Amino acid sequence: MSNSCVINLRCADSNCGKEYEKKANYVCEYCFGPLEVNYDYKKIKKVLTIEKILKREKTLWRYKELLPLDHDPTVGLNSGFTPLIKADNLAKKLGVDELYIKHDGVSFPTLSFKDRVVSVALSKAKELGFDTVGCASTGNLANSVAANATAANLKSFIFIPSDLEESKIIATSVYGSEVIGVNGSYDDVNRLCTEVLGSNNWGFVNINLRTYYAEGSKTVGYEIIEQLGWKAPKNIVVCMASGSLLTKIYKSVKEFEDLGFIEPNGTKIFGAQATGCSPISTAVKNKWPVFKPVKPQTIAKSLAIGNPADGINAINLLNSIDSYSEDVSDPEIVDAMKLLAETEGIFTETAGGVTLASAKKMIESGKIPKNESLVLVITGNGLKTQDPLVNNISKPYIIEPTMKDFERIFTKES
Amino acid sequence: MALVKIPTPLRRLTNEKDEVTISSDSVTQMIIDLETEYPGIKDRLCDENGEIRKFINIYVNEEDIRFLKGPETEILENDTVSIIPAIAGGAS
Repeated sequence: MSNSCVINLRCADSNCGKEYEKKANYVCEYCFGPLEVNYDYKKIKKVLTIEKILKREKTLWRYKELLPLDHDPTVGLNSGFTPLIKADNLAKKLGVDELYIKHDGVSFPTLSFKDRVVSVALSKAKELGFDTVGCASTGNLANSVAANATAANLKSFIFIPSDLEESKIIATSVYGSEVIGVNGSYDDVNRLCTEVLGSNNWGFVNINLRTYYAEGSKTVGYEIIEQLGWKAPKNIVVCMASGSLLTKIYKSVKEFEDLGFIEPNGTKIFGAQATGCSPISTAVKNKWPVFKPVKPQTIAKSLAIGNPADGINAINLLNSIDSYSEDVSDPEIVDAMKLLAETEGIFTETAGGVTLASAKKMIESGKIPKNESLVLVITGNGLKTQDPLVNNISKPYIIEPTMKDFERIFTKES
Repeated sequence: MALVKIPTPLRRLTNEKDEVTISSDSVTQMIIDLETEYPGIKDRLCDENGEIRKFINIYVNEEDIRFLKGPETEILENDTVSIIPAIAGGAS
């Protein structure tokens, strides 16, 4: 066989813990808990070292023993290892000492962190023998599944809410996937996909491959730690739709601690949502153990999930580490998009605006200490969601092609 | 009588019926009554302490009972109760 470090799948509810074969299983048949990957950490500890990681190519696969494949990856071989940028200009504006941007807006090939999870999910889909894959998506996942499936010679069916940003629809359809716009919210789309799955033997990356898919998000955390010189930051802020990314980044820190790659640094992770779709933040603020599903109403469409699949996990985690989750209005999101662009030259999409605006609020309220290292995870690229900026940004000067007209506006330096 | 919507994974226990009727007056009583009619179902809905499982959402007329009175939530004549596994969820 292979040198796989995956034992099997296991119900994530610690009261249950029933085990399942490493197939396209995703929910515990007994208690309905989500399944998680059960790794052989003893084996990983033996076979994976920092020296070994450093010798490998700079992609997310340099941590492959901590990803849920049985064989070498076959999809998304060039994804991951996005820049970690020391953001001194923005740090000054926010009044913090040490600030970094993890910039997944330049992820290969589709400019969002979804390339990570899709690389893992589709590599697994190939291992499991699927010839057709699909997803329910708010846009970024659609782009990534379409692009990666095409490159991997897999057929794909992409289900999206029909009111998605046009740029995100085009950036999906261009790859030749079957794109289905559903009249409804993301939550409606997802429910439909669960039914489609019932009558088709397909690999839906965020449904029956979800257990594998979600593990790909850990690579954001591994990279941050490596790029900080094998040191975990004190604080991380990440936006939440389903809540999966937040829980997986935290898991990545714990795994590196357990493997002895880093010293524990008391790392805290903070959530960020748009007020128009903030079931997780609302629960955390009100100290509810569960969230109340909402009908999303926000410009941050990539985060518009009213009934988040990992919401309970995210709430439990944030409560257990005494952390917090903030939410911000649409105008605050736009202001933060502009702030990041104007200070660091980074154009993020609305979701990135949510992350920065929420971080700013938590710094101001003292939830995030100003004198500790802070990483903002920017998950997507601003070129994908330009609509909210159209009326919020200065227009270019229109002039005649003459020096006279130019100098009418910009008087000559004297 | 009130109507209870049964999710696919539990239909093996309800003779494949996707809806059943009950005359229970609360969610707690509903679970007892369902167990009498469809033995084994309580074990799937509740953990060993008798609490409703974390990943089961129960809605009375579209409202999650956790935001009503929990297991003590009343069920009235013509109400609709939905049992929905929490896994029907999202993306990032």
